[in-house]
Amino acid sequence: MDRRAPDGGGYNRKGILTMKRAGRLQPVLNLLAPFLGLILVILIFSLMPEVQSRFLRGANLKAVATQSVIVALGALGMTVVIISGGIDLSAASNIALTSVIVAAGVNAGVPPVLALLAGLVLGGLIGLANGLLITRLKLVPFIITLGMMGIARGMAKWFAHNQKIDAPLTWLNELMAKTPRPSWLLLAPGVWLMIILAVAMAVLLRRTVFGRHVFAIGSNEATARLCGVRTDRTKILIYVLAGLFCGLSGVMEFSRLTVGDPTVAVGLELDIIAAVVIGGGSLSGGEGSILGSMIGVFIMSLLRNGCTMMGWPNYIQEIIIGVIIVAAVALDRLRHRHAA
Amino acid sequence: MPSSGSDLPALEMRGIVKRFGATEALAGVDFSLAVGEVHALLGENGAGKSTLMKILSGALRPDAGEMRLSGKPYHPADPRVGRRGGVGMIYQELTLASHLTVEENISLGREPQLNGFLRRKDIRLKMRETLDFLHHPEISLDARVADLGMGARQIVEIARAIMDRSRILVMDEPTSSLTREDMDRLFQVIRKLRGEGVGIVYISHFLEEVKEVADRFTVLRDGRNSGGGMIADASLDEIIQLMVGRKMDALFPRTARTPGDVVLSVEELKGGEMTRPISFDVRRGEILGLAGLVGSGRTETLRTIFGLDAAGEGTVRFAGKAAPSGKPWVRITAGAGLLSEDRQGEGLALSCSLTDNMTLSRLRPYARFGFLDGPRRRRAAADWIDRLNIKARAPEQAVAGLSGGNQQKVALARLLHQEAEVLLLDEPTRGIDVGSKSQIYEWMNRLAAEGKGLLFVSSYFPELLGVCDRIAVFHRGTLLVVRPAAEWTEERLMAAATTGKAS
Repeated sequence: MDRRAPDGGGYNRKGILTMKRAGRLQPVLNLLAPFLGLILVILIFSLMPEVQSRFLRGANLKAVATQSVIVALGALGMTVVIISGGIDLSAASNIALTSVIVAAGVNAGVPPVLALLAGLVLGGLIGLANGLLITRLKLVPFIITLGMMGIARGMAKWFAHNQKIDAPLTWLNELMAKTPRPSWLLLAPGVWLMIILAVAMAVLLRRTVFGRHVFAIGSNEATARLCGVRTDRTKILIYVLAGLFCGLSGVMEFSRLTVGDPTVAVGLELDIIAAVVIGGGSLSGGEGSILGSMIGVFIMSLLRNGCTMMGWPNYIQEIIIGVIIVAAVALDRLRHRHAA
Repeated sequence: MPSSGSDLPALEMRGIVKRFGATEALAGVDFSLAVGEVHALLGENGAGKSTLMKILSGALRPDAGEMRLSGKPYHPADPRVGRRGGVGMIYQELTLASHLTVEENISLGREPQLNGFLRRKDIRLKMRETLDFLHHPEISLDARVADLGMGARQIVEIARAIMDRSRILVMDEPTSSLTREDMDRLFQVIRKLRGEGVGIVYISHFLEEVKEVADRFTVLRDGRNSGGGMIADASLDEIIQLMVGRKMDALFPRTARTPGDVVLSVEELKGGEMTRPISFDVRRGEILGLAGLVGSGRTETLRTIFGLDAAGEGTVRFAGKAAPSGKPWVRITAGAGLLSEDRQGEGLALSCSLTDNMTLSRLRPYARFGFLDGPRRRRAAADWIDRLNIKARAPEQAVAGLSGGNQQKVALARLLHQEAEVLLLDEPTRGIDVGSKSQIYEWMNRLAAEGKGLLFVSSYFPELLGVCDRIAVFHRGTLLVVRPAAEWTEERLMAAATTGKAS
């Protein structure tokens, strides 16, 4: 550290103003790698003769957007968790459990609004349990949420007697409809909800006291405590928030499937985490952004979509996504080393 | 087992010079160690003791000078060569893997093997013999190191060094975390090793135990030999004189300040590791220094006052109001601010910006309904960057890229921005350049003149004497005595901190 004392000459010559701009540009630079990745994926598929005519079509992009909603909502919460230096492995199980509960509610004749709220509350409660256990037992989030992953998945199967729960169609199922009603909406209501919530979360992280506290805890929890941040309370809030997003994601899952399936979304937590990491989130905390995570989600959805259109088998997609995760993080490392 | 042999000294170091950039850490130091001798190496923090020992171990290479082991030239390229040459180091922070067993730790890195398979039987026998020889038959080879006490861990380290056939053992502050009983047993071990012809370099701040265990002593000051001799011929006072004998620098500005009301009052406070409860007051416009050795309870006192460590008992009052026992955020509201001794590990969030680091403890003025006024916050940070003369590119820059002195100024800026009434400063000038140091002294003086109360922990006596109005000395987990700074000298502080007796 000490060796990097600013050499007076360098920064007098360059002048304060330009350097200031460099400081402000930093967040944009952070997103450069994921953004280039996104453009690369789009370029590759729009140059493939087999799919280029269909790939960039509005209808296809609409479908991609709709397919992204479930992972994207999970990623909104996961981004906050990862910035704070934590992890939530229970996300996918939480989604499955809430989808089952919502389906059961609708099936039992509960008004859809109440079923939706019940899903949100349940998701939030699972997050609350995560947060309380992490802060009270002082165990690492990995362990607690790994346990919760099993607990929530098991509860979903138990509650649904290990089978799908059918439910009559309601307006809930239109949230994820491919052709929205009314048609002037252009995109499914779920997609709009995702966009609005993404903007809200970006503002929350960048412009509020809570957001600063999240970054501070992720960067150095001891410092945050020293500065009077109520670290435990903030961490509980973070996991509740993540749980709420999983609950909402579960509602969307039910909306898409029209049934409650306790075995749905197995392994989806890893897709969600991958999206955040591709988007510049650091698993050691203190770094990440909503825009980056959303780009990460779309890189993965577009890849899936493109590969399917090419008729490539599933395993090819898996290999490509694996390579992208490693490449994205390696690139990020490289950039950091240069910055330092 | 090592055995005594020749008449040549076990170790001879002559004219050792070591420079780090422009600073000369060692300016031609001589040191020798006879076979079967305990030789105390003494000096203040920064006198060059650890640099000299790193050169001996091979961790650093000298810029000039020569070393001989039993008369043979010795130029270790790295610590492994040093170990093979028979130099064993026992550091202050023990270097054992706490998840492994005693046996695994002792044989770590040189496991006896035959065609890749471990051959444990012979070596276990030898380990057993060694531990018994060290008067510690109760240490089981299969015990996990994590389950051992500090004293036993030290013995395991020594056993490892002996199994390496070390002829020279360097012990750096070996007793700093030992109980009296473990200490006595360690001294027995040291005497036994001496009897076997092992030469021991003994580094300690506790002069009384040095008198108890050492044969000879050498004092370093500012990277030079300042004296030495047989320990039996020297009084504690003479040794202390050799250690400190330096003129006070004109670094410390002091404007007239008149102590006002009591702003911090500590009553019968006892932190978890403290040995006895302590009480003292700090007035507005006053700087109270906390002197003592590392681990004597100074840092813990600050952290307990600030609510970072739980208080076992006692009360803390800020400006006459009893602060509800509690967390740092409660204490910050009550007007306290703490500057951590661990700048990089705790004091600063390195990947966060200067703005974030300075304003995190008081975001309220910039918040409306939880939303932050970014530009105003940035302007406030820029203002402090200006006032403290912090060398940074922009308020948005990550703190990690600043020099140590500038980082420390960011940490101080946080307390200033927070408008803390009671500043708890833990080693604020450690490891930073002289320019930043003098600025920090200036600010401390200014804050006191403005009527704040300051607590100042430092291991460097001259700065305590230069800056403080009163100085409290801590010894082995409790407060020994508080006196006006004018009644202290470096020698008296050193004597009180090292012997536990205030003269």
